[in-house]
Amino acid sequence: MLKLDNVSKVYRIGTFGGKELHAVSNVSFDVQDGEVISLIGESGSGKSTIGKMILRLVSLSSGKIELDGVNISVAKGRALKEYYRYVQGVFQDPFSSYNPIFKADRVFDSIREEFYPQLDNQAWYHRVGSSLHAVGLNPEHVLNKFPHQLSGGQLQRFLIARALLLDIKFLVADEIISMLDASTRIDVLNLLAELKERGLSILFITHDLSLAYYISERAVILYKGCIAEMGVTEKVYENPMHPYTRMLMASVPRLDRKWEDVNIELKGQSSEVAKGCVYYDRCPLAAKDQECVKRRPPLLEVTPDHLVACWKL
Amino acid sequence: MTLQIENLTVYYRTLRGDVRALEDTTFQVADHEIMGLAGESGCGKTTLGHSLIILKPPMKYIKGHVALDEQELPIHDMKRMNPFRFKEISLIPQYAMNAMNPTRKIGKMTAELLGSRGVNFDAIRTELMRRLDLVNLPDSVLDMYPIELSGGMKQRMVMVLSTLLNPSLLIADEITSALDVSTQKAVAEMLVEFRNREFVNSMIVVTHDMSILYQIADSIMIMYAGQLAEKASTDVIIHSPRHPYTKLLISSLPEVGVRYTETKLQGIPGKTPLLLDPPVGCRFRDRCPISFEKCMEVPPFMEVEQDHYVACWREF
Ligand SMILES: Nc1ncnc2c1ncn2[C@@H]1O[C@H](COP(=O)(O)OP(=O)(O)OP(=O)(O)O)[C@@H](O)[C@H]1O
Ligand SMILES: Nc1ncnc2c1ncn2[C@@H]1O[C@H](COP(=O)(O)OP(=O)(O)OP(=O)(O)O)[C@@H](O)[C@H]1O
Ligand code: SF4
Ligand SMILES: [Mg+2]
Ligand SMILES: [Mg+2]
Repeated sequence: MLKLDNVSKVYRIGTFGGKELHAVSNVSFDVQDGEVISLIGESGSGKSTIGKMILRLVSLSSGKIELDGVNISVAKGRALKEYYRYVQGVFQDPFSSYNPIFKADRVFDSIREEFYPQLDNQAWYHRVGSSLHAVGLNPEHVLNKFPHQLSGGQLQRFLIARALLLDIKFLVADEIISMLDASTRIDVLNLLAELKERGLSILFITHDLSLAYYISERAVILYKGCIAEMGVTEKVYENPMHPYTRMLMASVPRLDRKWEDVNIELKGQSSEVAKGCVYYDRCPLAAKDQECVKRRPPLLEVTPDHLVACWKL
Repeated sequence: MTLQIENLTVYYRTLRGDVRALEDTTFQVADHEIMGLAGESGCGKTTLGHSLIILKPPMKYIKGHVALDEQELPIHDMKRMNPFRFKEISLIPQYAMNAMNPTRKIGKMTAELLGSRGVNFDAIRTELMRRLDLVNLPDSVLDMYPIELSGGMKQRMVMVLSTLLNPSLLIADEITSALDVSTQKAVAEMLVEFRNREFVNSMIVVTHDMSILYQIADSIMIMYAGQLAEKASTDVIIHSPRHPYTKLLISSLPEVGVRYTETKLQGIPGKTPLLLDPPVGCRFRDRCPISFEKCMEVPPFMEVEQDHYVACWREF
């Protein structure tokens, strides 16, 4: 089980790091073995930052992350390498994971060097081949090519195949299917579902609510680094209680009807720490008042396994 | 007719031979039309977009003609394309959002971009401000660094910039795919607004999100493995497609309320063909549930009903 305990991340930005940007604030949730949790939120809400903290690609400003009871936020050296044997990530912009001057296959080599130095070539290629097949790629199409010779979707699946080379327990999947077409998406989703059935836990970061519903048991809705609502997927979807979640549910593009006029305000990210509710500026609730400005609403359980952070429930 | 493409064929030259990413494509985009472009990942959508504006090695022009507003575009000549690029035809590339230089302020970047196109920043400043205002961006964005903008803000900034000179055609490659649904909606509606205000005459919107196209596109064109499969009005493509690939693609779309534990959706069995050595005839043949002998020949992209084009032998 992976557990995030009151995790925060503050970036220092601006000249001389004079400004603070609260990318993630006091986030706690856990992911059980063989569970898929989706992490949903707008661009800049801190989803990738959470994923990167789990993967130790950025440090935590406060809080801790535990894997099976071991605090990994301080792991180093050998312990960290051991951790990566079990926890891997695939990230949203596939191009950034490749070095354009080397063949794309190079991303596999690092796994071999780190974890399978004893395998001979034949056994290794066999392993790579079956990993590629698992993500719907024909090795013939994609091996021995430079990154720019592959399409966005091909590169993305390449990276998933890379994570599958290890027998991992936990996968951070950051927007891994937004670049794929509908039919390939379903194949990759079904693949994730299969891996989950074999015990893999997945943090499924996405903007696509229908994909999140399709695959996840629980959903976490993030807004400006804070959890707005979380719980069993059905409850969050069928009975959204936070005004932000409600607005999201109303904006889902559907094939059976056209968008209604939901008023969407697009404000910039303000980097100041508001003491109150982070959603205040955009909140359409008529009842919002001084209480919302003064204090940050706590995340409270409204029904079993359904938590909401809003003063005006 | 804003855009007329005839028999356009573009390959990638590689050591192992030509990758036949765009084969003999013929289609039109009308004035004021927003055309969605969808298809399997790797089928040539980005290639098509790039061919119209920056056709450079390893891309190789093989044949075909492109006319924009009845004027022939010299797409095979990078230099002669200069006067058209950005002014007449503009591209928002896939991942443009992340490609912004993080160490340069937005305003500075804008001035440089315009300068490189021979446009005076000060002369166009008023119009720029007006448009920023229209898309709800404060003037202060010009003093910000890309990292300070949210994804939706960046995308709107990129849109304002790429349409500032009122191009005839805008090609937007996956501009909503990293945004959350509410921001997606706002950006998508902005595309329509820009068309309605005639900042842009016509658009090609490349995306995998068919449900977004359903909201904003007038027509949708579907590609498969470098060939055109179908083009028709949005309603027809979504509700009564005729090409077997389109049918399978549409039926594999998940909607909210579908759970893999209850309804396991199916992708399309089989794999995309290798474009280095594509199969003869219809490239969908191997995966097509209704293929027959005739499919060994390339099916023409024919108008089966008014404004409804299909490339499938079962249709004629
Ligand atoms: N290295 C960094 N330095 C400073 N600020 C950063 C850094 N990385 C991210 N941020 C900021 O932290 C916030 C959260 O970013 P993050 O990438 O986690 O968002 P996200 O939810 O993944 O968004 P998207 O959907 O666009 O990927 C944003 O405001 C972003 O600009
Ligand atoms: N520079 C290149 N050299 C060789 N082949 C290439 C090159 N760029 C792209 N290709 C190939 O051309 C085909 C079409 O690629 P393209 O990027 O146009 O696909 P796409 O439809 O935009 O896919 P996606 O939806 O994944 O972005 C792919 O099979 C790809 O592997
Ligand atoms: S032309 Fe033949 S193979 Fe191609 S889609 Fe039609 S029936 Fe199927
Ligand atoms: Mg992200
Ligand atoms: Mg593309």
